[in-house]
Amino acid sequence: MKILSVENLSRSFGGIKANNDISFEVTEGTILGVIGPNGAGKSTLFDLITGYTKTDNGKVSFFNKDISGLSPDKISSLGIGRTFQKLKPFADQTLLENVMIGSFVKEDNIKKARDKALEIIDFVDLIEKRHHFARELSTGQRKRLEMARAMAIEPKLLLMDEVTGGVDQKTIPGLVELIKKLKKSGVTIITIEHNINIIMEISDNILALDQGKRIAYGTPKEIQQNEEVIDSYLGTVDAT
Amino acid sequence: MISEIILQAMVTGLMMGLIYALIAAGLSLIFGLMDIVNFAHGEHLMLSMFSSFWLWSLFGLDPIFSIPITILLMAFCGVLTHYFLIRYILKAKMLIQICATFGLSIFIRSIAQFLWTPDFRNIDKPLLEGRLEISGMFIGQPQLIASLVCLVAFILLYLFVTKTETGLALQATAQDRHAAEILGIPSDKMFAIGWAIGLGCVGVAGGMMANYFFIFTDVGINFALFAFVAVALGGFGSIIGCLYAGIIIGLVESLGGLLIDPSFKLLYVFAIYLLVVIFRPQGLFGRY
Amino acid sequence: MDKLLIAKSEPLWNTDKRIISLISGLIVLLFALPHFGLNSFYLHLMIMIFMHAVMAQSWNVIAGFSGQISLGHGAFFGIGAYATSFLYVQYGISPWISIFLGMIVSGVAAVLIGIPMLRLSGHYFAIATLLIGISFQVIFQRWEWVGAASGVWVPMTSGDSLLALQFHSSKMPYYYIFLVFFIITFFLVWLLSRSKLGYRLRAVRDDPQAALSLCINVSNYKIIAYVISAMIMAPMGSLFAQYILIIDPDRVFNIEISIIVLLITVLGGIGNVWGPIVGAAILIPISEYSRIYLGGTGGAVDLILYGLILMLICIFRPEGLISFFPKNILERKKQR
Repeated sequence: MKILSVENLSRSFGGIKANNDISFEVTEGTILGVIGPNGAGKSTLFDLITGYTKTDNGKVSFFNKDISGLSPDKISSLGIGRTFQKLKPFADQTLLENVMIGSFVKEDNIKKARDKALEIIDFVDLIEKRHHFARELSTGQRKRLEMARAMAIEPKLLLMDEVTGGVDQKTIPGLVELIKKLKKSGVTIITIEHNINIIMEISDNILALDQGKRIAYGTPKEIQQNEEVIDSYLGTVDAT
Repeated sequence: MISEIILQAMVTGLMMGLIYALIAAGLSLIFGLMDIVNFAHGEHLMLSMFSSFWLWSLFGLDPIFSIPITILLMAFCGVLTHYFLIRYILKAKMLIQICATFGLSIFIRSIAQFLWTPDFRNIDKPLLEGRLEISGMFIGQPQLIASLVCLVAFILLYLFVTKTETGLALQATAQDRHAAEILGIPSDKMFAIGWAIGLGCVGVAGGMMANYFFIFTDVGINFALFAFVAVALGGFGSIIGCLYAGIIIGLVESLGGLLIDPSFKLLYVFAIYLLVVIFRPQGLFGRY
Repeated sequence: MDKLLIAKSEPLWNTDKRIISLISGLIVLLFALPHFGLNSFYLHLMIMIFMHAVMAQSWNVIAGFSGQISLGHGAFFGIGAYATSFLYVQYGISPWISIFLGMIVSGVAAVLIGIPMLRLSGHYFAIATLLIGISFQVIFQRWEWVGAASGVWVPMTSGDSLLALQFHSSKMPYYYIFLVFFIITFFLVWLLSRSKLGYRLRAVRDDPQAALSLCINVSNYKIIAYVISAMIMAPMGSLFAQYILIIDPDRVFNIEISIIVLLITVLGGIGNVWGPIVGAAILIPISEYSRIYLGGTGGAVDLILYGLILMLICIFRPEGLISFFPKNILERKKQR
């Protein structure tokens, strides 16, 4: 069952085509990895899907419902959660409060919202930090915070922008485990990732972008052997 | 006959507009540089008018001669403002920044009221007096000179910012203060210079207006409001945008006052502000 | 699993016995206070503290909770003041009814102002509200129907009248009326800050972009905060009008009102429910005493202090004086 389909999506900024005629589909319960060099248009793609940026052209459908042109809050209400590449925690509030703002979406009762938020915080393994202000947390912890917050709205589809970017090497295995755990719980995931080893390990399918264009789409195996991808991105990196 | 009155109002509006433009340019320069709106801008204008007044009243200096002193005093005042207040709130939240300059405005205005009472003053028999008649229109000589001086100051400011080394350094700091620091442009110094120039502009406008305007402690409020509007209209941080915006405001004010009701001048300008910020939030004109 | 159970068993918020007894003790004390022989100056001082605390709380809701800086909040105070005085003089409607009418008018005005303006952010909104505040004053100065610049003079009743909300023999009834409004307002705002709405408003304040990704319609929430804020402000205008009985645009739409609510809140602690109380309790006595001892001509001396305090707070203590209180008493204890 396809959960998201993107058709001919385009967007330019002052003459630069950030996204140029991109199409792909995501099957429910899978992980799609998005790769590409800096400036390939990965984050723009996320912004287009979640309504943060208006599309010039093309269509985004979620469960066969056209969602292009809806505002970000409407799109998130339909069940699409996201994290941000440039982290956006509610800095002056505690971790628990951050996640509660998410869990209030499905839960009006404050006690229940709190308990649900605590379960999610436990899931991302930060329970001891629950009363810390978001600004006191490390980058890796704030990435978990954003994941927890997005999970709290009970999304069917979760878009994660560079979860392992800029974090301590030690914390990466934990984050990878977390993504796998999340997939097991039934959430469909699209993830932007620079670390090629991770993306090969976790993804069911991979979408490769370059200069705003889709250059390849397929299973990790297929992508590894795709010459265009190797040329523009993998280069000399040993992907195995 | 009617068209003559309208023409007269347009000329008056244009002359006022040039003054608004210069005041707004000072505000815009500071904003562009450090993302801080100087809510005390009107009070700085008031101070420059008083500077002109006291130099006349105590030393018998006519406003056109005292203007360099007023400019220097205001520039110094700008540097002080930076070092004693702004420096500490650069990293603060926007709310705190607004409150801080708002606090400064209250402080300056009430000190002035305390020292000089809220009385209206004016400069008796300045050198610039009287009015000219040009093809049936009456133009106040001091007003005309003031607006021309402001225009010249504006052009100098624009050339300074776009052509000189310091001006370019200011622009670099405005765009990315960290990158500018790496290139060896000390942002703290740039900010101080920005404040000095920004308030220097106000000094020119205030000094010239002292010739013909009543001088009192609340005089700056309306000018500051118009300057805020002009800056929003011109696009925050844009200097050339202030020129157009200032002229638009001057015209709207004087034509609205003539054609509808002069007591609601503020409201017409306000309406323009609302229309622009709602439908064209980036302002009518681009940055720089 | 263990830690999760512990976390879940924590109380939702601090139910520290000390703070509860402190607050209830204070409430009892405030109710008993007039019976300790306070003269009318002290009653007036307390009334002004209650009134300004509520006004500042109103500003705190829009600025502290939802992060929108309104520099023209006096407009809603004036609307409230005019609602009761004008309706009483013109139509003989009891102030008790028109307090609520004033709240409604204020709320509607907030919606009408808020819909176009709250799309603006940051400086644009602040400047727009500054202009609005002044526009209200200009309009009322020229508006003949409501008495233009001379304002509205509420005819005095022959004696104390609860129905007409006028008391001439003593300030005590005013004291209790303001006290009750003060307590109710703070209780409701406290509830608000702990509710789903409160959480969502803080999300809008801290990061509107992130709030959007959590199904929060940012502009709607800003408008809700603005309306709540306006409806808290209006009754204070109404009660103030009943307290002084002569109102005019320069008094009830004065920009000073917008300034002082901001000052009190920032001084006490912005975004904190208790900040406005601390701010009002400190600032209002300073202001009243400086008027007495330093002369009140033009009110400049207290304004000099306001400006100075505001700048000093912004430089040295942007979280406000409330941040001097030990955190674990006011906030939930950080459990390790």
